[in-house]
Amino acid sequence: MWRRYLMWFAHEHVDFRHAEMQSILTLFNIPIKFVEKPCVLKPYWIVELPSEEIVKKIASRSVLIKNCIELWGRAKTESQLHENLRSALKNDTGEWIMQKSCNADASDRHICPSTLIQACCSADKSFKVEVETFCKHFSMQEKIAKIESFSYLPLEGAVKLKNPDVTLAYLEFYGVDPNNVPEKPYDLFFGKWVADGQRDLIQVHSLKKRQFIGNTSMDAQLSIIMANQAQVKAGDMVLDPFVGSGSLLVAAAHFGAYVLGSDIDFMMLHARTRPTRVGQKVRNKDESIRANMRQYGTESRYVDVVVSDFSLPTWHERLMLDAIITDPPYGVREPTEKIGIERENYTLSEEHLVNHIPSKVEYGLSHIYRDLLNFAAKHLVLGRRLVCWYPLVREEYREDQLPWHPCLKLVANSEQVLSKLTSRRLLTYEKIHDEVPDVPIDHNGGVHNFREKYFCMGEQTRRERKEKRAEEMATNAANRALTVNIT
Amino acid sequence: MKLITHNMLTSKCLKGVTTGYPLSIKATNVKVTEVDFNPEFITRIIPKLDWDVLWSAADSIGHSEGLPKTVEPKFEDDEEFLKKAHRVLLEIEVEEGHLTCPESGRQFPISKGIPNMLLTEAEVQ
Repeated sequence: MWRRYLMWFAHEHVDFRHAEMQSILTLFNIPIKFVEKPCVLKPYWIVELPSEEIVKKIASRSVLIKNCIELWGRAKTESQLHENLRSALKNDTGEWIMQKSCNADASDRHICPSTLIQACCSADKSFKVEVETFCKHFSMQEKIAKIESFSYLPLEGAVKLKNPDVTLAYLEFYGVDPNNVPEKPYDLFFGKWVADGQRDLIQVHSLKKRQFIGNTSMDAQLSIIMANQAQVKAGDMVLDPFVGSGSLLVAAAHFGAYVLGSDIDFMMLHARTRPTRVGQKVRNKDESIRANMRQYGTESRYVDVVVSDFSLPTWHERLMLDAIITDPPYGVREPTEKIGIERENYTLSEEHLVNHIPSKVEYGLSHIYRDLLNFAAKHLVLGRRLVCWYPLVREEYREDQLPWHPCLKLVANSEQVLSKLTSRRLLTYEKIHDEVPDVPIDHNGGVHNFREKYFCMGEQTRRERKEKRAEEMATNAANRALTVNIT
Repeated sequence: MKLITHNMLTSKCLKGVTTGYPLSIKATNVKVTEVDFNPEFITRIIPKLDWDVLWSAADSIGHSEGLPKTVEPKFEDDEEFLKKAHRVLLEIEVEEGHLTCPESGRQFPISKGIPNMLLTEAEVQ
């Protein structure tokens, strides 16, 4: 039976919210109706969904959802909320009553069917009420007073704070501007708690407690978002061709995928790079991508990691992947490299072959993405996804200059701002064709030279800062001289 | 390196090598670890494999015993078979040894279970 739900989101990575939800909805083929158009300034959606099972399914994947609540009442003022709930107790139609109102926002007067409330009222159902206030703090006493204001609800069960049969939720929304909190909330909600999202997983997978990390390990939350974007599901085969310390594979394996990685960095895959953690002198013996999987109980789905150069073919065309999730190097914190040498006719003598570490040359970002998209077009199962980060200078961003391939359709594009000038975008491509032409490098190549621009801009702002400081010091000195003169 | 990975690996990165498949295995240390059996995954992956290559690879490291040489049409109902496939695909690992390119004879070392497919800068010129 379709019911109305409040999806309450964490108010971070807002640009990823729609993309993550859309990926989860299409992954499970879930139809959704919006009661109210989502707005980035509100950390919640009001939707209708076919069943509670489906709500739980969504919550079992989303890391951006805090919780899902079966909505009983919603209003713009406290008195209206109580009025709505009181009317709801008498609403025996079995449906929502949408009262017409002179008010512009008619959702203020929606009355839920009494059956929703009655289902939780019987004497054998213990309950508790949780109060959540967004952007404003209340003491426990104030919260209890808020709970008491609902005493007219015919709840006959006992109050039980630990594991009650029913958890009711009362939410007040005071906007998203902490410097400008209003006296009264903008929006109030009451309903029955149904499920929590995967926020806890952020702590469980936290890099702080992970056995093996590198300097550019992806944080737990973004890795989970990526796995959701890639629609990773149980039994999938997933590859990260720039695997590093394997943080993206941790998230993919968590959702049941069998994971495979490759990287050019031999020392990284063997966990022999310099330790990343402050104060750690040497890498521990048991640091490896595999050890991370073991830590999270997913070692059974660790397939392999291979040291290889992504600019050259490594895999048989037989390798078909259900998802490719990756964070290529941007040339700033990790170098963009492939094996090579500038010198002509270079030869290596036999005696030097053992333990030889090959020299590397620049592997430009435009080449990396061309190779990555070509690879995805070839090795992805039709209808499945490539999810990758793409760094750029914010003011130069143009959607039509993103990496492009005729077999791949860009289905999501979310921005994470890195600094005033730079950001990275999480690009999600879906494979829509099987006929694969190799796409030549696009001649916009120069546009993608992120590294050069990054350092060049850093240089500029540094110079500006220096100049500004020098100026300030000069005026200060002049002022001081002036005061000294006067005295 | 597990044999499922070996089934997909090539030495096509080498100049002049056209298929570079299958790579032959020389193992000096083979390890067997227990891995959770997932019949759905094994069923799904078998049609994507080159079974002959898998069988020969298992044979070359001394683990082909009891492994059928061919895949029967209704293999998905044969749990015995799926378990055997599961074992060779996911439980047997080459810890130390090397892979050899069938065309050029170039060797790629495997150390601590990780194959190193990197070429030297001289080879990519």
